[in-house]
Amino acid sequence: MIEVRGLTCGYGEKTVLHDINLSVGKGEFFGIIGPNGSGKTTMLRAMTRLIRPAKGTVLLGGIDMKSLHTADVARKIAVVSQSMPLIEMTVREFVLLGRIPYYRKLQFFEKDEDTAIAERVMEMTGIRHLAGAFMSEMSAGEVQLAFIARGLAQEPQVLLLDEPTSHLDITHQAAILDLVKRLNRQEGLTVVIILHDLNLASEYCDRLVLMDGGRIKKVGIPAEVLDYETIEAVYRTVVVVRENPLSRKPFVMIVSEEVKEKCAGRS
Amino acid sequence: MKRRSMGVLLPAACLFLAAAAVTAIASGSAGIPLRKVLTTILEGQATPEFGILMDIRLPRIILGFAVGGALSIAGVILQGMFRNPLVEPYTLGISGGAALGAALCIILKLHYVLPVTALPLSGFLGSCLVILPLYFLNMRRTVLRMQGILLTGVMMSFISSSLVFLIFAISKTQELHSIVFWIMGSLEEPSWTLILVLTAIVVACLFASFFFAPVLNALSLGEEEAVHLGIDTERAKKQLFLMASLLTGISVSLTGIIGFVGLIVPHFVRMLTGYDHRRLLVVSFLVGSGFLIFCDTIARTVISPIELPVGVITGILGGSVFIYVLARRQGLARPGGSL
Repeated sequence: MIEVRGLTCGYGEKTVLHDINLSVGKGEFFGIIGPNGSGKTTMLRAMTRLIRPAKGTVLLGGIDMKSLHTADVARKIAVVSQSMPLIEMTVREFVLLGRIPYYRKLQFFEKDEDTAIAERVMEMTGIRHLAGAFMSEMSAGEVQLAFIARGLAQEPQVLLLDEPTSHLDITHQAAILDLVKRLNRQEGLTVVIILHDLNLASEYCDRLVLMDGGRIKKVGIPAEVLDYETIEAVYRTVVVVRENPLSRKPFVMIVSEEVKEKCAGRS
Repeated sequence: MKRRSMGVLLPAACLFLAAAAVTAIASGSAGIPLRKVLTTILEGQATPEFGILMDIRLPRIILGFAVGGALSIAGVILQGMFRNPLVEPYTLGISGGAALGAALCIILKLHYVLPVTALPLSGFLGSCLVILPLYFLNMRRTVLRMQGILLTGVMMSFISSSLVFLIFAISKTQELHSIVFWIMGSLEEPSWTLILVLTAIVVACLFASFFFAPVLNALSLGEEEAVHLGIDTERAKKQLFLMASLLTGISVSLTGIIGFVGLIVPHFVRMLTGYDHRRLLVVSFLVGSGFLIFCDTIARTVISPIELPVGVITGILGGSVFIYVLARRQGLARPGGSL
């Protein structure tokens, strides 16, 4: 679905990503992990054409993204970001903004089809009862659901999410990721997601890419990527990796300084 | 303040504009009662009353309609694209440039050469003198930097007002008087042609701005979000900036600096319509037109026969109404309610 070939890009003089080669398959749940500043968000931005490649190409469904119209891209890729609207608007209005890529040249108002789609995606994300509420009145978890609903209103083939679970408690973390997973499995939506939490990434993603200093350190299924040597090298932190007894996915545990010293004293 | 539906707002705004226009045509030092206004116009004879109505009052109303509307939609556009509620058409120094142009025109006595067009023309050239550097200085490889425009604009405004003061310092009393009066703003404009040209451009811009309503809606989420929604933000920002500049430039060059309309009307209307620019643009235009016509009526009747600068009235009236509304609204505030 998305193919990155020899991508080098950055901001102005500063190169952030170096020679990235990556392929995300149709219907895949693909996670991007890595330390702060390793280029995760930049990679996502390159996939939405917010930054142009200095070298290399990004292909969407086999077509070079450079040759696509901005609105065409918006009909295929939806981005769930973190920027709250500064202006007061209701959830319904916010979700309806997701229909903008489908506006025709002389169209000013949404059609019945657009409102129907907005209602449907609010139903799917479970925020229909909040449709008339203001965005500023909602909790962090509900705001995140509204962002996902707006993304779905674009009727995309690919959903890109930039840390949708930060600042959420575990109830909402699981709720959001379960929802995205359902969309992925039932609707065949391709998902590319940046996650900070290695265990959530391990639990939900089919495949992971681990970024380090603007380069790809490792790509593969969670069990391949999340071994303790790799994690310790990239994150410069001592960890212990065990298997989650239910899901058989790797689970990464942090080892604190105190415990490290105790263990060192014992041995 | 509760949001109202368009079915209520649009007729209400039209009614407000009509009421302002009717009040304006029926008030003035000549004291023509409303009943007589209608018969005079319908009879269409060259009576003195007909002359007063058609050649003195009507042009002011039309000019107030065009300029009030122009400043309001310029304010809506700029506040929308900068995502900053404090930006108004004059923040960017366009008015300062126009004032400088007009001041230069007066001390160089160009209006003796071209009596009708010299002042508006030099005002317009003055505002272009600000707009073009503002635009080109902030282009970085096809990207228009919004923060840069704001900062450069504020600086340009300081520079041009300093230059205007410099002209004050070296000009004679009589010229000083004309410059000050021009700067304070007035809807008096003797040329029908200029008024009609301005009105045509403004109405055309209103229709054009409507095409940008979805773009402005998307931009209210931020530039990156707008790109994600498939908007070509760079092209849209350039077009919107030039349109707001044109609206401000032509308004200022014909009427001088009439403050507060472009700041307060969009704010006030946004409280009623919500963020949606499809509603905001139209209602702001109507309310802005009505507001300016109304203020002008007060300006020329309150201590007639002396006419006050209309900018004084828009400032006092607009400012105090706005503070009142804001205070009431905060009294029953919702948490996190902004703008």
